[in-house]
Amino acid sequence: MWMSLTSQNPVIVTILALILGFVVGAFIIIFTTASILDAFRGFFSSWSAPGHAFKITFDNVGAAYRDMFTGSVIDPAGFWHSLTTGKGWDNTLTPISETLTYATPLVIVSTAVGISFQTGLFNIGGNGQAVLGGIAGAVVGSMIKLPMVIHLPVTLIAGILGGALAGALPGILKAYTGAHEVIVTIMENYVIYAFLLYVVLSTPYQQPGQSNDIGRSIHSSAQLPPIFGDSSGLRVSYGIFIAAGVVVFAWWFLERSSLGFDFRVTGASPTAAKASGISPRAVVVLVFLISGGLAGLAGIVQVASTTHYVDGTFLIGDAGIGFTAITVALLGRNKPVGILWASLLFGALGVGGRAMQAATGIPFDLATVIQSVVVLFVATPVLVKEIFRLRAGKTQALQLGTQGWG
Amino acid sequence: MRLELRGITKRFGSLTANDDISITVEPGQIHSLLGENGAGKSTLMNVLFGLLHPDEGEIVIDGVVTKFANSGEAVRRGIGMVHQHFMLVPVFSVTENVVLGFEPTKSMNRIDYKKATEDIRRVSKEFNLEVDPDAIVENLSVGIQQRVEILKALSHDAELLILDEPTAVLTPQEIDALMAIMRSLAASGKSILFITHKLKEVRAIADVITVIRLGKVVGTAEPTASESELASMMVGREVELAVQKDAYAPGETVFEIRDLVVRDERGLAVVDGVSLDVHAGEILALAGVQGNGQTELVEAIAGMRKVESGTITMNGRDITNESPRKILDAGLGHIPEDRQRDGLVMTMSVADNLVLNTPRRAPFASHGTRNLGAVMKHAEQLVKDFDIRTRSVKDPVSSLSGGNQQKVIVARELSRNIDFLVASQPTRGLDVGSIEYVHRQIVIHRNRGNGSLVVSSELDEVYALGDRIAVMYAGKISGIVDPSTSREDIGLMMAGTTAGALRD
Repeated sequence: MWMSLTSQNPVIVTILALILGFVVGAFIIIFTTASILDAFRGFFSSWSAPGHAFKITFDNVGAAYRDMFTGSVIDPAGFWHSLTTGKGWDNTLTPISETLTYATPLVIVSTAVGISFQTGLFNIGGNGQAVLGGIAGAVVGSMIKLPMVIHLPVTLIAGILGGALAGALPGILKAYTGAHEVIVTIMENYVIYAFLLYVVLSTPYQQPGQSNDIGRSIHSSAQLPPIFGDSSGLRVSYGIFIAAGVVVFAWWFLERSSLGFDFRVTGASPTAAKASGISPRAVVVLVFLISGGLAGLAGIVQVASTTHYVDGTFLIGDAGIGFTAITVALLGRNKPVGILWASLLFGALGVGGRAMQAATGIPFDLATVIQSVVVLFVATPVLVKEIFRLRAGKTQALQLGTQGWG
Repeated sequence: MRLELRGITKRFGSLTANDDISITVEPGQIHSLLGENGAGKSTLMNVLFGLLHPDEGEIVIDGVVTKFANSGEAVRRGIGMVHQHFMLVPVFSVTENVVLGFEPTKSMNRIDYKKATEDIRRVSKEFNLEVDPDAIVENLSVGIQQRVEILKALSHDAELLILDEPTAVLTPQEIDALMAIMRSLAASGKSILFITHKLKEVRAIADVITVIRLGKVVGTAEPTASESELASMMVGREVELAVQKDAYAPGETVFEIRDLVVRDERGLAVVDGVSLDVHAGEILALAGVQGNGQTELVEAIAGMRKVESGTITMNGRDITNESPRKILDAGLGHIPEDRQRDGLVMTMSVADNLVLNTPRRAPFASHGTRNLGAVMKHAEQLVKDFDIRTRSVKDPVSSLSGGNQQKVIVARELSRNIDFLVASQPTRGLDVGSIEYVHRQIVIHRNRGNGSLVVSSELDEVYALGDRIAVMYAGKISGIVDPSTSREDIGLMMAGTTAGALRD
């Protein structure tokens, strides 16, 4: 079986990269944990010292990763307890619920970014587009009153339109003036952050009676409720079905639709696309409309399911969801299903990292390091191949699907 | 130098690129290595030049077994290589290019340009290689640039010169000049390994011909062997060199270009007032040395480049400056010059590439959703009809050989009900078997009564296909002549003499 592994298989490379990520993480734990270092300092002090040092190492690393797992997926002991007694399900399911809650908007915005990458365009503006989508949706969700069957869809559509509007600008600039989309989208992010602050601090949308940068909460008719009800305490909402729908749509769009075919041809060879009659301008504008619209949907899903309002730091914490999405799309090889798995992984590492920090004191940043190392190895299959001595195959570097910065 | 390759074997994984190849090049001999693309010629030369290491076999120079760790050692042992794609720095002078990497220096490590220039003058005089040492390379014609490459090899005291497909980029006159140079080099005792797949040239110049096929030496031949004998040795079966065409019976004009002006990126009028007519049931062959505006002309026809002035009419419909999609839908078939750049999406499957410019047409899609079943069925059919060699229609087109890649384009264009075909360098870089095949398909299209414009810098191709021959030089048509016109005259027209001036 081992012989059949080659570095060409992206799934295998990703799994091995994940293993390497945890190995590197283990070394970081070793080098930053005082008790382990102390144990190694006395390595030659007695016959039992080496054994003791290794035991301390395994205890610490093991505890960290165990807490990361039980904090993000499930605690086996709690699971067994719930299974046999029927009690405590809410507590048992909290970790996985948190992971899904974290992953929901990430899946959507990463798919948005992935579609642009597959078309050879670098949409770095996913964050700004998500923020503008969140603002647009939050305004519609909080400032008008409608029955839920109308209000919720209208709110979501407002979010999509907000994001599409933010996407249209770099798309049109690129198509008609040749302005580079990377520069435009990066700068647009800042414009939108400034606009966000303006909106949450000015009268129409600012929460009445507040002087802080907080907007109005959306009405319950515009919210995506928790699947298990408010009383369960599990935050996972119906938003996960929207995320699942986006993955299915994106798969259909890229693999089965005619327009998606145009997009992929343009991404793989702009020259052949032009020669075979695809209008580069139309593709650029459409990609940014679709990518921006999906990013906007991610923003409003976050509002409708989790935050219920936007404030001055909406989606900007933790480097910003739109930037994490770039890494996630890379890890998922810009393919919708890959992105789904990558988002779940990032969600689990993010949520598990916090649980680990709470339980062991090892900083949350370890999770970020693991995420980064995994992406680094996925992007350089040659390294993985060398480390695991995979059978030589034509190594194909991760295809970014973009034409660089030209 | 007497060079002997003994039992050279080179494997790449399961592929044996060179299988027990033995050849001997005597001093002063022009030894021609004839073989199709992928036969293993380049691998063998890279082994000889120290770029690859043989798995078995040895290189023997003047009776001494030699091993090269790298190409630098090969150069020091007197082997010079002129690559198909020149390795020159365009903005440097001839002198600077020749001494690059081996600069003669004065004190303080300064380059001794005076000595370098003198050396070049001496060498170029000795071998009749006229080159101005102070000229900037990018201002020189391709033929002269090639001389610079040869000079470069000679100035490193090469005793054996490897010329890799040296005539691919030359006009007939330049080819004659190159052959004269090769003869004088051989006369002065240099050995020459001449790699090519062009039969005429081999017969014209080689002392000995070694034919290789699929990595093996299949035999040696005398230059007196006929072209069809050589071709069948090379391909391994009988090859029809001349395509059978039905009698020439031109119909009405189906394609018309009037006073066309097209500018390139620098704003130069690279197509400068071209007018052409093509009739039904006719192939108009457009000859000319690469870079005289043919590329831009074809791009303008296909809608990929803006037309400054003039008109292009197809079947009575003005298609000037229409979008590529409209022009393709109006019935233009286009075999682009650079197949990997414009004709194919290399990472996509054979099946997807076969519907690249008709993805929305029934039955390949309906209501914006692709019908992959129909795409696959279509692909299976074309793979069968056009004899495209691929393991599966789902394989990326990059996994196919050059000839089969071109077949994908030919199949796609000729199977979608086109009225008029524009084919640009349709057989460039293809082997004899594939050339024969592509030519036959173009002729079948013509025999059905359709018009075609075939742009080619290969005179053989121009003669094989053209019912009439137009020659392009410096953006203008220097004449439209009958295929009975001699090669010499067409060569002169390719260098700018007009057809009118020739008759005088």
